[in-house]
Amino acid sequence: MSLSVLAQEAAASGITDKGIAALTYGLGAIGPGIGIGYLVGQSVQAMARQPEAAGMVRTTMFLGIAFVEALALIGFVVFFLAQ
Amino acid sequence: MILGLEFPPISHVTNWPEFALENSDYFGINKVVLIYGFAVLFTFLIFILGNKKQLVPTGAQNLAEISVEFIEDGIVMETIGPKGVKYTPLLMSFFFFVFFCNIFEIVPFIQMPATARIALPMFLALFAYVVYHGSGFIEHGPIGYIKHALIVPDVPIAMHLLLVPIEFVSKFLVQPFSHAVRLFANLLAGHILLVTFATLSSALWAKNAGLLILPLPAAAVVAFTAFELMVSFLQAYVFTLLAGVYIGAAISHEH
Repeated sequence: MSLSVLAQEAAASGITDKGIAALTYGLGAIGPGIGIGYLVGQSVQAMARQPEAAGMVRTTMFLGIAFVEALALIGFVVFFLAQ
Repeated sequence: MILGLEFPPISHVTNWPEFALENSDYFGINKVVLIYGFAVLFTFLIFILGNKKQLVPTGAQNLAEISVEFIEDGIVMETIGPKGVKYTPLLMSFFFFVFFCNIFEIVPFIQMPATARIALPMFLALFAYVVYHGSGFIEHGPIGYIKHALIVPDVPIAMHLLLVPIEFVSKFLVQPFSHAVRLFANLLAGHILLVTFATLSSALWAKNAGLLILPLPAAAVVAFTAFELMVSFLQAYVFTLLAGVYIGAAISHEH
């Protein structure tokens, strides 16, 4: 299905730009959601296996979260720019 | 309009009228500028109070010494290494300034994080940008630093055609952008979250409609306020940590 057909469909059913922006942000949040979940899960496992390395793991975990989270947050900003 | 309730548009949530010097083109003072002032003041206070050199620290000196230890052991040593100790004051002022700007998000009657306006995160990120690239230039020399920053070691020669542009875009263009947007968007999101639930509670209260459902958004405001306390600390930490990582990457010698 081409984009123009989708746009016509959207116009006919009363879907607004705001709605599409919100939906697209939702799509953009899937990846970082999976990423942070996996990252924190693995970190917790690492801390449980090696409690003495917990400090190092925690720093690296926050660093990784910050990088993964950037994608979701850029999506959040684009959401406000797009609507 | 969501569920029949009026939500303020986004510009009403973050724009504040000026209450002094309204007619000047450049120097209006509004709530956000006031928060900058408070944050600078408190950051200076931490430094001044920590400057007392009693052998057995008491009160504020205790707090200052714990925070220096936190920045030095938790951030500087982990990201830059022993030669990064000279960056501790810079990173500590980053941490406290950002933290105080963030924490006004949940201070009653102010309730606006200064970092939810892009101006401050952008300035801080550009400041950090100048610092880390500047220290890289000083450490390696101009040619050496460009080489250090752009060329990935131990890859086939042909791959450099692909890798050098990628490294250039990510290190010199995207890095300060994401550094600023990470802080900005987190705090803006938190602020909007609190505004949403506060608006919801007050609308339900005004409509006298739902004493049964009113406790839910009201409890959510309380819970999210606690959550935002954590976020404002964490984002200040992450901002400082990333500044440390970027400085560490710029002045490291091993590949």
